[in-house]
Amino acid sequence: MKVLSIARNTFKECVRDKVLYNLVVFAILIIISSLLLGGITIGDVEQIIVNLGLSTLSIFGTLISIFIGIQLVYKEIDRKTIYSLLSKPVSRAEFIIGKFLGLSWTLAVNVAVMLAGIYGAILYLRHSVELGDFQILLAGLVILVELMLVIAIALFFSTFSTPALSALFTFCLYVLGHFNPDIRHFAAYSSSSSVRALCGVLYYVVPNFGNFGLISATAHGKPLAKQLYLYSFSYGLLYSAIVLVLAIVIFQKRNFK
Amino acid sequence: MSTVISARGLSKSFRSGFWKTKSVAALQDLHLEVQENEIFGYLGPNGAGKSTTLKLLMSLIYPSQGQVEILGKPASDVSVRRHIGYLPENPYFYEYLTAEEFLSYYAGLFDFDASQTKARVERFLKLTGVYDARKLQLRKFSKGMIQRIGIAQALINDPKVVFLDEPMSGLDPIGRREVRDLILELKKEGRTVFFSTHILNDVETTCDRVAILDRGRLVGSGRLTELFSKEVRHVEVVVSNISLAQLRQVAGNEVPIHPSGVTYLLEIDRNAALGKLVSGIEQAAGTLVSVTPVRQTMEEYFFALLQKSSN
Repeated sequence: MKVLSIARNTFKECVRDKVLYNLVVFAILIIISSLLLGGITIGDVEQIIVNLGLSTLSIFGTLISIFIGIQLVYKEIDRKTIYSLLSKPVSRAEFIIGKFLGLSWTLAVNVAVMLAGIYGAILYLRHSVELGDFQILLAGLVILVELMLVIAIALFFSTFSTPALSALFTFCLYVLGHFNPDIRHFAAYSSSSSVRALCGVLYYVVPNFGNFGLISATAHGKPLAKQLYLYSFSYGLLYSAIVLVLAIVIFQKRNFK
Repeated sequence: MSTVISARGLSKSFRSGFWKTKSVAALQDLHLEVQENEIFGYLGPNGAGKSTTLKLLMSLIYPSQGQVEILGKPASDVSVRRHIGYLPENPYFYEYLTAEEFLSYYAGLFDFDASQTKARVERFLKLTGVYDARKLQLRKFSKGMIQRIGIAQALINDPKVVFLDEPMSGLDPIGRREVRDLILELKKEGRTVFFSTHILNDVETTCDRVAILDRGRLVGSGRLTELFSKEVRHVEVVVSNISLAQLRQVAGNEVPIHPSGVTYLLEIDRNAALGKLVSGIEQAAGTLVSVTPVRQTMEEYFFALLQKSSN
């Protein structure tokens, strides 16, 4: 109940953030423009709409997750609203989880709006919705879980770092996560045992964002196994939970001067 | 009466410097007890460590040494906060929320149901005089209104113990009086109030007991009646419609006389024959304007204590 109260308030705070509206409007414009792009390209227009739409959802969702996520805890500390909040019977763990759920809720609404835009574009072209289009919704949900992981990482860094550094660290981890398989390949080619050891640690520690890479397959209409979706959801949620636990451990020890 | 707040050997140091190697002691070896249903004043100049102590009590910061308990439990116990309320210094709240939304949010953190929340929000908005502004966003509130809504959120759960950090800060005389009256009302309701201030008059008019902090150390504590003498030191008599020569004849040469416009102020020893002086003034057809016994003030005691501490 307390966690939900904090989540609700965080949602209210996020929807007032101008960064959010700028990014959402821009993303919707890109989705709409995919209709125009389809007319000047050689290829399946629907494929372009789904590909561009889901990619836009992923990129802009990541930007929202990072830029708003890094501010969630920092703002409360900087503006000292945390003093009165933590004097209530709310544990620091509940505070972090509430913040995470609030921004995740905001991103869920954004994902729903952008998916509605994609479906709207498809409907405009085809004047019908097919069973195969359900895959787009699943891909959208996988992207949402990916964004929740980015939020968790941004929250983690924001518990001990400034917004600028938190944004930098989160972005670097996000990029590194997309090259996660390459870390292992790099280790295999290295002659140094310490480099191999370091790469080994990095491979397991850095989240593998490749696990959420279903956009291309969805755009091409390739049917994907249920297990793949389940694995993506489980991986994302479990990793987010681990990162949140680390964030809570650090936040528990923090002194608010 | 039971002890509701207890600090034993409480110390807090902060690390400073680029490499965080320098240690600054903000609070040193504080021993303090506050009894139930007391109004306890926590005094000290700016930077004495008052807010540090309050933050330790709220578990916003952790002690370097020592222990602190509230209502018999460690201050870090989350369940204790069901029974306490806290107003931080220069409070800042969520500016995008209205007063009603803000109090509802905080009431929601105590697991009250919807009807209880609504009743409490209305009650405390009215109690603190901001009911008419309940639909206004907090960004449009004045400093005084923010202080009032801050008190409302501190009381929303009907706490047994209320912690107020500089509650009169930034308020006009009417606001200060209202907060003072509210503190006295809280005591009548059986609550314990712990409030920090650097304004001595606030303490003199409200507190049962005080503690005085200077540079992180407790330099004095106790009941106001015990801390400094309420014995009359001397009497100030103000007279008019009499010449200086006549006054000197009546009072004698040893009594200090200070002219002030059309009046004269005399400082009479408390043991002197005040009655004889008064009748002498009447016989000389003078007018007795006032007779005021002078006692040691809180201010004098406070400065004497700080002087002693710095020596």
